[in-house]
Amino acid sequence: MGTQLLETKKLWRKPLDTEKIKLPEAEICIIKDRCKGCGYCIQFCPREVLEESKEINARGVHPPRVKDSSKCALCGFCTAICPDFAIFVAEKTSEKKEAEKDEHRE
Amino acid sequence: MSTENRALLTGKHFLSGDLACAEGALAAGCRFFAGYPITPATEIAERMARRLPQIGATYIQMEDEIASIAAVIGASYAGLKAMTATSGPGFSLMQENIGLAVMTETPCVLVDVMRGGPSTGQPTMASQQDVMQAKWGSHGDYEIIALAPSSVQEAFDLTIEAFNCAETYRVPVMVMMDAIVGHMWEKVIIPSEDNIKIVNRKKPSVPPKEYMPFKPEQNLVPPMAVFGEGYRFHATGLTHDEDGGPRTESIRVQRKLVQRLCDKIRENSDKIVRTKGTMMEDAEIAVVAYGIESRAALSAVRKARADGIKAGLLRLVTLWPFPEESVAEIAKNVKTIVVPEMNYGQLVREVERAAKATPVTFLPKLGEEPHRPEEILEAIKGGTM
Amino acid sequence: MQTEIAHPLDVYLRETGIHNIWCTGCGNGILLNSFATALKELDFDLDKIVVVSGIGCIGRIAGYINADSFHTTHGRPIPFATGVKLANPELKVVVISGDGDLFAIGGNHFIHAARRNVDIKVICANNFNYGMTGGQQGPTTPLNVSTVTTPYGNIEHPFNLVHLAAGSGAVYVARWTTLHVRRLTESIKKALQKQGFSFIEVIAQCPEIYGKSTKMGNAIDFMNWFKKASEVQTFSDPAKAEVTRERIPVGEFVDIEKPTYEKLLREKIVQVENRTRGGT
Repeated sequence: MGTQLLETKKLWRKPLDTEKIKLPEAEICIIKDRCKGCGYCIQFCPREVLEESKEINARGVHPPRVKDSSKCALCGFCTAICPDFAIFVAEKTSEKKEAEKDEHRE
Repeated sequence: MSTENRALLTGKHFLSGDLACAEGALAAGCRFFAGYPITPATEIAERMARRLPQIGATYIQMEDEIASIAAVIGASYAGLKAMTATSGPGFSLMQENIGLAVMTETPCVLVDVMRGGPSTGQPTMASQQDVMQAKWGSHGDYEIIALAPSSVQEAFDLTIEAFNCAETYRVPVMVMMDAIVGHMWEKVIIPSEDNIKIVNRKKPSVPPKEYMPFKPEQNLVPPMAVFGEGYRFHATGLTHDEDGGPRTESIRVQRKLVQRLCDKIRENSDKIVRTKGTMMEDAEIAVVAYGIESRAALSAVRKARADGIKAGLLRLVTLWPFPEESVAEIAKNVKTIVVPEMNYGQLVREVERAAKATPVTFLPKLGEEPHRPEEILEAIKGGTM
Repeated sequence: MQTEIAHPLDVYLRETGIHNIWCTGCGNGILLNSFATALKELDFDLDKIVVVSGIGCIGRIAGYINADSFHTTHGRPIPFATGVKLANPELKVVVISGDGDLFAIGGNHFIHAARRNVDIKVICANNFNYGMTGGQQGPTTPLNVSTVTTPYGNIEHPFNLVHLAAGSGAVYVARWTTLHVRRLTESIKKALQKQGFSFIEVIAQCPEIYGKSTKMGNAIDFMNWFKKASEVQTFSDPAKAEVTRERIPVGEFVDIEKPTYEKLLREKIVQVENRTRGGT
């Protein structure tokens, strides 16, 4: 997991504890029907994790969707900048990770 | 007086109407005053400035009258009995927030020591020119309660009554004191605690989760939570539902709310309205008067009786809600009604309305002096013809 | 219909706060988010805070926060808040209102509350116009800007609110845009914990009305303007902190200590009580 992120940058040497560090996995929760479509989260995410989805929500706009959650650094800017409490990030709990592993196995 | 640290100064005093009013407020439990200097009400502010800190309570002179009434509403919502005092020009400034107090059902007392108007007028001369404004000054349909003391003792007693009404009906109550009553000096007896009736606002009987801040009880008045008690409620000047939330688009909510705000006074008027009849039992001519005019009227009625005329006085203690029933009742039994006022025709219109077919003679008076008893007597005699 | 996921800040909001009246991209929503975040980070006891607002789009915010709240007449949240605070000094009293409400009709109340150093917090959502009523000029509308009541261009100089607050005696003065969410949250936390009259100006976008009338583009263009024009200052001279098209000075401008009105009142009352007790 750690190496995935590091590969995006060219480093002159590989850190000694790369394998040991486990970067947190992000869970990006989008409460679709609250979104008013301002686009701030999409625009200002430093990792370009989000994009406009094709679906239309109860308010008649396109809520965001996650392009690639592995890029998310849990900075929380989307959470802070959203005027409508429609998106927040949280660290994926170990239970959630287990549940996802089970889903993949089935 | 500078050594007093009691709110209730039980005993005999010699005071002016303004000072008695201030002491009445303290006796009623008023612990917040926000005001602005204005002749002839300034003495109330000065008395409160001196007395409130003595009893550990708050006096603040605000930057204008609008701020004063706003602060009073805030203090009331934070749990204190709060009052302000002003005169005509300040009363005009306060009207918008009087509407806010009505709409948010804020218990508070507002004293208007009436002086010559309109506008800056005659600051040091008395009048009764604000009595219609007390009821109609703010925009929209609403009801308030207004009381008119006619003596310094009444300035004390009716201020307590004003607080009691405010707390009972969650409404702003006006004490309409002409500047003569405000500035004259008379004996006042301040009773002991056991002899004063104090009413406090009804608190909610349900836990915060179930509390609806504007849901009325049987008497059309909602119990009142205050800030800081965990109720986390919202109050707004916008048309709102029983949960306090704005419903500006709903015809049903507007109708229901405005009607209830008016009906809570109108339907309880039998409990609110006070009048005092003197020699009315067999009266053929009635004088209907309030404030300082009622003193001259009483003298005129006595003189008339001495001259063999069956005159009587109906003194209005409550100006609003207007004592229509009392006036209608006496109108049935008398030939004519005389209304002396220190204005150019205000409450007389209400008397005419209530008296219906009974003729009403209006005696106007502008410019400081109330009617002399002889002037009223002449009108009474004119009515016998 | 999927049951709605709970947002971690939902506990600080009333239901109406989530289904609010604000337009897409409205800066008021970000301010609400920032304020709720500040309450969360301080683990603030919601039973001890009173939110007071005036008239305007931002005025609806009092109804959106899950705390004791009051929505006053236009321009009057500050004197109302003063009454609340003096009646119960244990309460934290926060005024959140707009540029017109606080500085046009309410201007007199602002300067006096600041002068007295009443311990209330005033947060101004400054969107340079009267949005609720359709975009009329306000006391912070920049010179030459066209609004519905300045169709030929505004000929009035706008206030420098930071300077006004500092000059009136506020003990804490800060300005941030809604883009500076984290620093805004920090300032709100600081103000909540500080004793005395604290003022935070929040430059908030009004993309649907002010944005359209001044052709600022869409909500994102507005935010990009904040990004481009903001200059973070550290206690620079409030007199030089005017907001212009080219430059929005943000940061903290004043952070001083001064006895509050409440403190002086308490001391005075003790003095008077002792004197009267001691007298005959």
